Amino acid sequence: MHKAKVYALQVVLAGSLAQNKARSVLSVLAIALGVALGYAVQLITGAAVNELALGVQFLSGDADLQVRGPRSGFDEAIYPKLARLREVAAASPVVELDAKLADRSDTLKIIGIDVFRAAAVQPGLVADSADRLDHLRSDTLFVSPAAARSLGVDVGGSLSFQVALRAVTLRVAGLATADAHQRFAVTDIAGAQENFDRLGRITRVDLRLKAGVDVDAFRDRLQAELPAGLAVQRPEAGVKASESLSRSYRVNLNILALVALFTGGLLVFSTQALAVVRRRAQFALLRVLGVTRRQLVMWLMAEGALVGIAGSTLGLAGGFFLAQAAVRIIGADFGAGYFRDLAPTLTPAPLPLALFFFLGVVIAMLGSLAPALEAARAPPAPALKAGDDERAFARLRPSWPGLVTIAAGAIASFAPPIAGLPLFGYGAIALLLIGTLMLMPRLAVLMLSIVPTPRGAPSRLALLQLRGAPGQAAVSLAAIVASVSLMVSMAIMVASFRISLDAWLERVLPADVYVRASAAGDTAYMTVDDQARIAALPGVRRAEFLREQQLLLDPSRPRVVLLARTIDAANLTRQLQLVSAQMTPAPGAPPPVWVNEAMVDLYGFVLGSVVEIPIAGKPTAFTVAGVWRDYARPQGAIAIERERYIALTGDRSATNAALWLAPGAAVEQVSRAIDSDIPGGSRLEIAAPGEIREFSLKAFDRTFAVTYALELAAVVIGLFGLSSSFGALVLARRREFGMLRHIGMTRRQIGAMLATEGATVTGIGLVAGFGLGWLISLVLVQVVNRQSFHWGMELSVPWAPLTGSALLVLALSTITALASGRHAMSARAVLAVKEDW
Amino acid sequence: MATKNLPFANMDSALHPAGRLSLSRATVTLAVMLVVHGLTKSYAGPRPRAVFAGVDMELAPGDYVAVMGESGSGKSTLLNLIAGLDSADEGSIKLDGTELTALDDDALTALRRKRMGFVFQAFHVLPYLTVAQNVALPLSLLGVAGSEADARVAGMLAGVGLSERGASMPRELSGGELQRVAIARALVHGPQLVLADEPTGNLDAETASQVLSLLREQIKANGAAGILVTHSRVAALTCDRILQLTLAGLRELTLQ
Repeated sequence: MHKAKVYALQVVLAGSLAQNKARSVLSVLAIALGVALGYAVQLITGAAVNELALGVQFLSGDADLQVRGPRSGFDEAIYPKLARLREVAAASPVVELDAKLADRSDTLKIIGIDVFRAAAVQPGLVADSADRLDHLRSDTLFVSPAAARSLGVDVGGSLSFQVALRAVTLRVAGLATADAHQRFAVTDIAGAQENFDRLGRITRVDLRLKAGVDVDAFRDRLQAELPAGLAVQRPEAGVKASESLSRSYRVNLNILALVALFTGGLLVFSTQALAVVRRRAQFALLRVLGVTRRQLVMWLMAEGALVGIAGSTLGLAGGFFLAQAAVRIIGADFGAGYFRDLAPTLTPAPLPLALFFFLGVVIAMLGSLAPALEAARAPPAPALKAGDDERAFARLRPSWPGLVTIAAGAIASFAPPIAGLPLFGYGAIALLLIGTLMLMPRLAVLMLSIVPTPRGAPSRLALLQLRGAPGQAAVSLAAIVASVSLMVSMAIMVASFRISLDAWLERVLPADVYVRASAAGDTAYMTVDDQARIAALPGVRRAEFLREQQLLLDPSRPRVVLLARTIDAANLTRQLQLVSAQMTPAPGAPPPVWVNEAMVDLYGFVLGSVVEIPIAGKPTAFTVAGVWRDYARPQGAIAIERERYIALTGDRSATNAALWLAPGAAVEQVSRAIDSDIPGGSRLEIAAPGEIREFSLKAFDRTFAVTYALELAAVVIGLFGLSSSFGALVLARRREFGMLRHIGMTRRQIGAMLATEGATVTGIGLVAGFGLGWLISLVLVQVVNRQSFHWGMELSVPWAPLTGSALLVLALSTITALASGRHAMSARAVLAVKEDW
Repeated sequence: MATKNLPFANMDSALHPAGRLSLSRATVTLAVMLVVHGLTKSYAGPRPRAVFAGVDMELAPGDYVAVMGESGSGKSTLLNLIAGLDSADEGSIKLDGTELTALDDDALTALRRKRMGFVFQAFHVLPYLTVAQNVALPLSLLGVAGSEADARVAGMLAGVGLSERGASMPRELSGGELQRVAIARALVHGPQLVLADEPTGNLDAETASQVLSLLREQIKANGAAGILVTHSRVAALTCDRILQLTLAGLRELTLQ
């Protein structure tokens, strides 16, 4: 290109960036906010998952394969059989459990090992000790440095654990060698079995194979020989199963953060679109002077790239600090409880840094693309003529691309999940959003034609302006429609979820008092004697007990929950919130089980099907007699009659109890009786249904707090977008305002005109945003939530908060429009009539 | 009410309705509508600059004067001061006896709305309104609507030769037509004073000549007074009088 042309381009474009300083800064900030949120979420969840993987890797040591089974363990007789296999070089039996710390609410992972076997497979678990016999003593353990720190215990001190309802105290003999973040304790396997009521049972066998053995072939062979309910897999499969529990939550957070970035891209689009329109005549001049279309597009894209580079750089720095603050304040899982014991170190890795930098730049450049192409396509001669601005938006008008995109979105919403993730659901939301934005010019024309023309000159003029230039209005609308629709859809989804959760809690908590052995861990339970004492307490009219177990049905997934409980088939709907018909197995058919919705989605346990469930090492056939709603166990849960469970396992212990009180008896009275009459009764957790409900809803709100924050960010960016668009439009129309001031329009009237325009545009944005938001909420409720978490829910629209938010957005945007118009109302605008451009 | 002697016999003035009204009161004088006295303007800033000082001017209904001067002599500034869009350092501007320099912004705006019309070099016809809607703009600001407004707009459009273009959008019009729309808009509400700032600066000679004739004809036909700011001698010659603005004030010019 000729040097003079380059100079001309540089002068015009650099001058424009300088002229649009405020709007350029807003665009940079919007991209920065999106990048910061995305990067922070990725940094935190990535670090937490990495920490989880490192933990599993460390604990499994050099094992090539692991044999795992139910959470409660399996018969230790399996171990010698495995150790004797000729392909196995070394086998190490493990008892791994989460032990409830006595008189504390948390747990500690206990790893019981045979120190001689473990040395060959997991040498990292064998601690250095002055007295080597400590490794064999049943009353000692070695805690990891992280556990010692968090529990405030030193070598020589002791830790007490709750086993059933009694306390078991073990001496800290030394520190286990481990990296800084893993929180666990190692003890002798026999001691673990004895102390934690696991006699004769182990939970895992780690295998190191002989050199030259084909690991996968051996695994397949061994799997066929293992008893039901046991699985053999590579250690990393365990990591995947642990990860999968939180994966949907993490992906949803990432998507929400990306939505904020997308809204930022829309802001760049509206800013650039209007800036390009304002400079239309300037570009036409450049084209007349010999600048090619390609050069013009490249320069305008470069403007977008500059915004993206600045936004990404700022966003990455902000994201890093945001992530650190978030981990410190709300934890690595944003309060959702997936990574409760993890305190990951946030280390910026090059790949995510590069990825988010690239995303920010690309989104900003994409935001600039359509305006740049339009500027390049505009024929110079008409573009030089005043009043040609609206022609720039004519290409945004055809409705078929928008309709096709929306139709594609609707079709995508019916597609099944991919690898357990609702990728088509996300795609459907994106397509619905983009399609509606593409239709906005048409919708704006339609809606503006419906609005009655007011009598007052300013409002009348405002409406005529909007009708005359719907393309400009549509560009201003893009960011506001996107943010309002996201706000509405999230609000509907969260309200639907909360109301459904509340209804579910009411249904599943029919008793007067609930008792549980512990909130977490595998070691607390109520013995038969404890159960009998509780049932016989004064004031207790009826007691039902429940045993919760965890079964491994698929080694690539987390264990499913088995609930052995008293089931009254005649009054089942009072106990479980059934979402299917209730069926009774035909005579001769296997006995019934009732499964939650996740079991249908993940394992295909549909109503009426006969399924095989490994209980007590034996595969047992059952008939699925009903599907129930469950917001507590997205990994899957199966309810079975307790008598049948006892018959199959001989396990009469219980983890939970539901108590119905006699008339006149009070919860406090029963609570006091449990404390005083049951040995270890003070360790039981007792709650009335109201407390459980309150606690659950609080936990729900805490989990969704980060969702609200990300949603708020999208709305703020949307308002930025509106402000930016209005600022640009007002600047572009300063000659118009100058003329209007000449012919007798007061500043107040111009203010009223701008306020009317702002309110009308936002009103249209709200109508479109509400409609689109409702559609997106359908996809969120029926597709994304269902496929991510397997939760069904009834759609509820929170009218009052949504109306309040809409009015707030309307007021804020009207004020924004007024503030943007302050130039128009200044005396200088009067002199603008002298300007040609 | 201030009066002045007729400077020269002017057929247009004599035939003007406002002129006849004044003649009925005093046969040799017309009511002076605009009196500018001792107007001084300078620009402050790091390098203060005096624009003009001691500007005096009187205008009666039907008067149509041209103001000429070198670039930067303050012609447009004088127009802005008369329109109440800028404030003078000293001096007085009276329109029908109302002292403009004593009015606040709202009162000045109301005064402009009722009594003044403007024609700009760059037309400033709103691109999103039809031709008729553009012309009706001052009426709608004055609250005149319905059939009365329609009749006045139709009359003005006929006057400027655009009867058939009322429903057209501005982008469909030529520069000359756009300026005709602007002239119609400047006069549709019956202003006493029309201020035109280089109205033919963006037009070719032939179109300019047509627009200037039309502007004069419409000002006279509507009984208004007009001030035309121009660099063009040809344009100035369409006015009744030609005044030259200098640092020392206005002086009358005679052009051949």
